[in-house]
Amino acid sequence: MCLAIPAKVISIEGSNALVTIEDVEYQASLLLIDDVHPGDFVMIHAGFAIEKVDAEEAAETLRLLNEIAANSPQ
Amino acid sequence: MKYIDEYRKKDLILAVSEELKRVSKKKITLMEVCGGHTMAIHRFGLHTLLPPSIRLLSGPGCPVCVSSQHFLDTAIAYSKVPGAIITTYGDLIRVPGSVSSLEKEKANGKDIRIVYSVLDSLEIARNNPGRPLFFLGIGFETTAPATAAAIVQAKTDNISNFFVLSAHKVMPPVMKALVDEGVKIDGFIAPGHVTAITGTAIYNDLATVYGLGVVVAGFEPVDMMQAILMLTRQLEAGEPKVEIQYKRIVHHAGNTIAAGFLNRVFEPRDDRWRGLGTIPASGLKIRDEFSAFDAEKTFPLTVPVPTDPKGCICGSILRGLKTPNDCGLFATRCTPSDPVGACMVSGEGTCATYYKYRS
Repeated sequence: MCLAIPAKVISIEGSNALVTIEDVEYQASLLLIDDVHPGDFVMIHAGFAIEKVDAEEAAETLRLLNEIAANSPQ
Repeated sequence: MKYIDEYRKKDLILAVSEELKRVSKKKITLMEVCGGHTMAIHRFGLHTLLPPSIRLLSGPGCPVCVSSQHFLDTAIAYSKVPGAIITTYGDLIRVPGSVSSLEKEKANGKDIRIVYSVLDSLEIARNNPGRPLFFLGIGFETTAPATAAAIVQAKTDNISNFFVLSAHKVMPPVMKALVDEGVKIDGFIAPGHVTAITGTAIYNDLATVYGLGVVVAGFEPVDMMQAILMLTRQLEAGEPKVEIQYKRIVHHAGNTIAAGFLNRVFEPRDDRWRGLGTIPASGLKIRDEFSAFDAEKTFPLTVPVPTDPKGCICGSILRGLKTPNDCGLFATRCTPSDPVGACMVSGEGTCATYYKYRS
């Protein structure tokens, strides 16, 4: 139940968005977030977008982890 | 899949595992309180990648598992209201009440429908104006805003046959209750999507008053390993605090729009958690302003409180005191296809998880 899945916003009509998850289309309500544009990624939970994915933070997380991997004696 | 695959990379998971073995000296116990986290740990075998100094406990993080038998009995009672349509998330359909389940009642001819979104429920109400439509509101702070938004929409659109039976709950009181009860926890792996809504302030007391580390974690294996590393580093340094690992989704301020809906429509109340008893201020009740959409106010029903099923130790499992392997019913009398307790029924329940990934 806590699961949410990242989806790409394709188009927006009023408070609803057409999103894709692995090329499969879904409807998602945008009632709980604002400032969303086609091309953004959002987390979908029970038919609602609950937050946008912050691409910069996503990259930064991976950068930190890659640093640990690089320093790891393997 | 974008924003998933990158966080499942084996080399990153193993690198963090190596780093944990290097830095972890103190014996620590970490608890996760989210069914999604329980699943991630077992699906990816993360507990096998931790040094022996780190112990992981699964807490009461599955909203289906902690829905009391009484709630299910009440939902079944509502299905008997003349003309009633019951709508529910799929997770609840097989959860056993004291005598029956929604699935069994559906087979017996009651109009019980699974919905993906609460807005689908609202549409069904709109399309069936003469009939009372009940939506079973389960879930934590991740899901409650959606129910709240639907109630606001129902009020705006004057949909007078849409009613919510709220069993929504909130996380921090149960986290504190476990620590107050004496369950030995040094840190919490905090739920990523709950916190995306609420923000991190709800955990401040756990760090400043209780001295526990709290790291808000995402749900991919790399996220969980990184969160465990962050907690380990905090506890090794003796500096417990509230941190976010899941930065691509969670902000300290949370999602104020979603939280706004939740607080506008709901207020806290004491609530019964399956296996844990009543926890103060841990449930969400629909405010008086929206009582026209509150099933409990518009169709008050009295349903007796049942006793817990014999031999079921869900309560101890939800507290992290016992594991499914300690239960005499596990995998014998209680299986996913014929469950006794909710820990086995819910796909994210501790027992269902152990059953699925058992060797």
